[in-house]
Amino acid sequence: MNSPEQRHTISILLENETGALCRVSGLFAARAYNIETLTVAPTEDPSVARMTLVTCGSPQIVEQIIKQLNKLVDVIRLIDLNEGPHIERELMLVKLDAGPAEREEIKRLVDIFRAKIIDVTDKNYIVELTGHNDKLEAFLNAIDRRLIVEVVRSGALGILRGGKSLRV
Amino acid sequence: MVGEQLRGAEIFVRALADEGVEFVFGYPGGAVLHIYDALFNQDLIKHILVRHEQGATHAADGYARATGKPGVVLVTSGPGATNAVTGIATAYMDSIPMVVFTGQVARSLIGNDAFQEVDCIGITRPCVKHSFLVERVEDLAPTIKKAFYIATTGRPGPVVVDIPKDVTADITEYQYPESVDMRSYRPTVKGHPMQIKKAAGLILEAQRPMIYTGGGVILDNAAEALTEFTRALGYPITQTLMGLGGYPSSDRQFIGMLGMHGTYEANMAMHHCDVLVAVGARFDDRVTGDLAKFCPNARIIQIDIDPSSIAKNVPVDVPIVGGCDSVLRDLNAIIRKSARKPMGEDDPWWQQIRDWQKIKCLEYDRKSQLIKPQYVLEELWKITKGDAYITSDVGQHQMWAAQFYGFDKPRRWINSGGLGTMGFGLPSAVGVQLAHPGQPVACVTGEASFVMCIQELSTCKQYDLPIKIILLNNRYMGMVRQWQEFFYDRRYSHSYFDSLPDFVSLAESFGHIGRRIENPADVKDALKDAFAITDRLVLLDFVTDQTENVYPMIAAGKGQTEMHLAPSQAGSEAASRELA
Repeated sequence: MNSPEQRHTISILLENETGALCRVSGLFAARAYNIETLTVAPTEDPSVARMTLVTCGSPQIVEQIIKQLNKLVDVIRLIDLNEGPHIERELMLVKLDAGPAEREEIKRLVDIFRAKIIDVTDKNYIVELTGHNDKLEAFLNAIDRRLIVEVVRSGALGILRGGKSLRV
Repeated sequence: MVGEQLRGAEIFVRALADEGVEFVFGYPGGAVLHIYDALFNQDLIKHILVRHEQGATHAADGYARATGKPGVVLVTSGPGATNAVTGIATAYMDSIPMVVFTGQVARSLIGNDAFQEVDCIGITRPCVKHSFLVERVEDLAPTIKKAFYIATTGRPGPVVVDIPKDVTADITEYQYPESVDMRSYRPTVKGHPMQIKKAAGLILEAQRPMIYTGGGVILDNAAEALTEFTRALGYPITQTLMGLGGYPSSDRQFIGMLGMHGTYEANMAMHHCDVLVAVGARFDDRVTGDLAKFCPNARIIQIDIDPSSIAKNVPVDVPIVGGCDSVLRDLNAIIRKSARKPMGEDDPWWQQIRDWQKIKCLEYDRKSQLIKPQYVLEELWKITKGDAYITSDVGQHQMWAAQFYGFDKPRRWINSGGLGTMGFGLPSAVGVQLAHPGQPVACVTGEASFVMCIQELSTCKQYDLPIKIILLNNRYMGMVRQWQEFFYDRRYSHSYFDSLPDFVSLAESFGHIGRRIENPADVKDALKDAFAITDRLVLLDFVTDQTENVYPMIAAGKGQTEMHLAPSQAGSEAASRELA
């Protein structure tokens, strides 16, 4: 049973009702499963919310997580995105100390990572960056740590490539 | 069709009646006063007043277990709801269909720390199948319909419906929905034909097969299909604590309960089997013991309506998601066509099992001058002809009842298996006796469990319930004492009572009959006399051997074959051969 832990991105359609989010997060707490990130918002149909949840565990644990999620009465449908080709994106906003000495270096990095500077004051920049979580990590590693004032990340969003889809 | 304009409280009563509810077990309080007003002077449903909300939930639970119909509870907000939580969790662990209505403070007060306010949905979330907060009176009837649908379908379980007080005062048109369709909840009942075929192949080829069944068989009313299945194959069958009665205990193919306090032969057969057919059983730790040593040679087929129960603890070769009854019927059809003869007594596998049975692992000292609890239960079985409804509390007496009262029919054995709730026995007997008036109902209990919900003796008096209380009084928390004897070097930390009440006069003070029995010679007559009284509750206080232990026993986390046998058997030849 000691298989290696793997990161899984699970996409969930659930009834957009009060308490539905609590049932999902409560399940993870009660059964001691990991949540790395969790994002949720209504879809084009306001009665349905879509959640993307990143977790990690052995194949047995992930199988149980998926079964337990499916068992929740509010869950309409779900898919483990790792089962097929998919795209993951995460949004990050970073506030940086940007004095005259640092501005050029920050701009160069922003170009390399295809990020955007979306707010400028005499002392600070706010950088917006979208991408796979590896790319966001790489940006944070590339920038001088001392310049980072705040980091805000959305958690991953995921979607299947091609014609396959997760719909009600 | 235009419905009547009714207040929420009246809608509540009408909806329960339209749902076919017979009894509501409850206790009034501020947030449910409108509902109690609507319950006054009506004859659509019967309200049973308990003495504590935990009693209400256990009584509804007992009713559900004994009938298969959902139990219904009505309690007030705040402490009413929190007192109900133990009973809700008990029902959840054993998958019992139950709908619990809790009052809530008015909508305008929610979140304001109002008097008797508690986040009931939040507190109960981890121990319910689902829950609802009714936000508008228009939602009340449809929510009640959904609650009963969810509680009783798929893998059953408790559903909580939290109703703010002002919702029960609002008025709307009443119409009870005829059906429910939920896009997010559609349980699978029919097993996959390919999986069933694959399972049948394995089953028919088995050399050393075992059938292992659990509470799912009882819940799905699959006893008849299971009996046909087992008899057609001639295979040995064992049952979990929750599964007892799913197959007749008196039948030669039944080799006893399995697990921690299962029989020697059942655990040995599990260990040596080559094909294991698990039906509605969830491989609980009290059944499997050490997972690494569990059924090492078996290919495993698991039938369960809940996909998350399959392969949760033990890897499974052929999983079948579906209702026990439906899947067993499909398997029976294939077995019938195969024209295979049942496995006979001359088969080496049966001979091996009969050899294991020679140990007589359930034997006890029948010459003792003290009352042996096992003896009381054997006599109880004889006097009730094995056909009583038996509720139990939790501990040694529960295990002895499971071992010594041979259940031949489903829904006769009512106990808290999963959560192990002391205090369950008496209130659940209230629900069972109400469901089956005129039938013998006995509550097998210990003095420690019994006092946990003793207030329900008053409910028994109010509704004239002629329950027979079989109190096995050893002046110890017996199972705790047993573990302390085995694993804590006989340090009996806080496991004995030195200030017990006089149970006889206690029963009498509640208006019942009480009797103390101290001599083994008096056991039979005391039981006979008690069951001859059909209109009064009788409490029999059996003063039993204080040091009796439950055998066999597999210590927690040990392997299936690592059984402690009773000291008198441990030295026997067969036992030492197997345990070596």
